[in-house]
Amino acid sequence: MALVIAPEPPLEVWLAALDQQIRRSVSFFTDRPIVANFAAAVGASAERESVLDALDALDARDLRVIGVEGIEPALLAGTRWGRLPTLVHGRDPGRDSRPAPPIEAPIAAPPPPTPSLLIDRPVRSGQSVVFEDGDVTVIGPIASGAEVVAGGSVHVYGALRGRVIAGLREGSGARVFCRKLEAELVAVEGRYRIAEHWGEGLHGCSVQIWCDRGTLRLSAFD
Amino acid sequence: MSKVMVVTSGKGGVGKTTSSASLGAALARAGQNVVVVDFDVGLRNLDLVMGAERRVVFDLVNVVQGDAKLPQALIRDKRIETLSLLPASQTRDKDALTEEGVARVIDELREKFDWIICDSPAGIDKGATLAMRFADLAVVVTNPEVSSVRDSDRIIGMLDSKTQRAENGDKLEKHLLLTRYDAARAARGDMMKVEDVLEILAIPLLGIVLESPDVLTASNLGCPITLHNPASPAARAYTDAARRLLGETVAVTAPDERRGFISRLFGRRAAA
Repeated sequence: MALVIAPEPPLEVWLAALDQQIRRSVSFFTDRPIVANFAAAVGASAERESVLDALDALDARDLRVIGVEGIEPALLAGTRWGRLPTLVHGRDPGRDSRPAPPIEAPIAAPPPPTPSLLIDRPVRSGQSVVFEDGDVTVIGPIASGAEVVAGGSVHVYGALRGRVIAGLREGSGARVFCRKLEAELVAVEGRYRIAEHWGEGLHGCSVQIWCDRGTLRLSAFD
Repeated sequence: MSKVMVVTSGKGGVGKTTSSASLGAALARAGQNVVVVDFDVGLRNLDLVMGAERRVVFDLVNVVQGDAKLPQALIRDKRIETLSLLPASQTRDKDALTEEGVARVIDELREKFDWIICDSPAGIDKGATLAMRFADLAVVVTNPEVSSVRDSDRIIGMLDSKTQRAENGDKLEKHLLLTRYDAARAARGDMMKVEDVLEILAIPLLGIVLESPDVLTASNLGCPITLHNPASPAARAYTDAARRLLGETVAVTAPDERRGFISRLFGRRAAA
C-alpha cells in the first residue's frame, strides 16, 4: 500500500512542512512507496514546471515515488518522470471535498468474514507484524520499536508503545484500540499521528483511534 | 543433562561478560562442571575478566574451523577446577564462525560439562545470533535505563524466533538479570524502577546486582567477583542467581537492606 502525498502551492512552504515531518519521524517514509497527487497543485500556475520541480524535490529527499495522480499523463511525457504510471482514477481531493453520499447498507450477499490474526505474546522491539488481510489482535504489549501493520483494525490488550498502522485494506473503516497508549506512531488509512501530536493528555490512557472524514481522531474510553 | 545458557543483552557495556564469569564461577563453586565460552570474536574480554589472558593458546575459532581439538583450547581455572574457559580469538572477526562449526563445538561441550555459558557479543549480528542459536535458556542482562531495556526487548524477540529451540517450537526459558542497579537513584526517579523494567520485558527476574565498585575491582584483577569477594553484595546477588538457576527457590532481595519495601517487592517477583 502506498502513501499518498499531495503537494500544494506554494511548493517551498509545502516542502518545508514535509522536511519537518521527515525530521520528526525519520523512518516513516523509509522504503514506503509514495504516490504523489497533484490535484491540489495543478490549476494554480505553471503546471508542468511545478509538477517536475515537486517530483525532483521528492526524489532529492530519497522518497520512493512510484506513481502520480491528478494530472494528465501527457504532462510527464518525455521527462525523466515519464516512466511513472499516471493514475488518473486516483483519489481526487477536489471531488472528495463534496459531502459523501449516505452509505446504503448493501442488501446483496453479506461480505465474507474478515480474516483476523491473534498474537498472544508480546510484540518485541524490532519485530514487525504485517497482516494485510484483516484485523490484528495482540494480547500483550507492543514494545517501543515494534510495528504492527494491519489491513483492518488493530486491538491491543496491553500497552501500545511501538507503532501501529491500520486500515491498509479496509481504509477509513479501520480503528485502533489499545489498553494503554504510549505509542510512537499510529496511523489509519495513511493518516498518522506521532506521540508529540496527542501530548500528555492521552498518554497511558485506554483509547481508540479512527479516521473521521480524513482526520485522525483519538479518544479515551474513560 | 547439560544446559546451554546464553548471556546476552543487545546493548554493550551492560555487564554480559562480568555476569558470565560471575555466574559461571558461582555455579562451579556449587559443584557444577562449567565452561564459559567467549563468543565475542575480535573483541575478546572474558579471558581478562577470568584472569586467563596469559594462558590462551588456541581459541573458539580454531576449534570451530577444526585447526585445534577442543581439549587444546579449553583453559581450566586455577582457582576452581570445575570451571573452564573457551576463549575467543582476538585476531579474527565474527565471520570466522559457522553455524555447523558452533553446533559441533556445543555438542562436544555438552558431553563434558553440566553448564555451557555462552557469553554473547553486543549487537544482533552473526556473533550474537550464533551465541544464542543452541541455547536452552537465556539470561538477559539489562541496566535500568530505557535504551538498555529496549535493546533487551529486541533480543528477547530474537530469542523467541532465531534460536533452534524456538524454531522447533520448544520453550526457551528467559531470565532477567538487572545489573548496575542503584536503588537510591531509582527512588529519585533518575533510573527506571525494577517494576517498570519487569513490566516492559515481561520475563521472570533472576536477580538484581547493585552498581558497585567491587565489580570493577574484581574485573580488573581478573577474578570473578563471586570468587574474589564472595561476601560483597554483588557477589551474593550472583551467587543467589546461580542458586535459582539450579532450581532453588531464593527470594530476590535488594542487597541494600535499607529499603525494606523494595525487598518485599522483589520477593514477590522472584523467578521460580
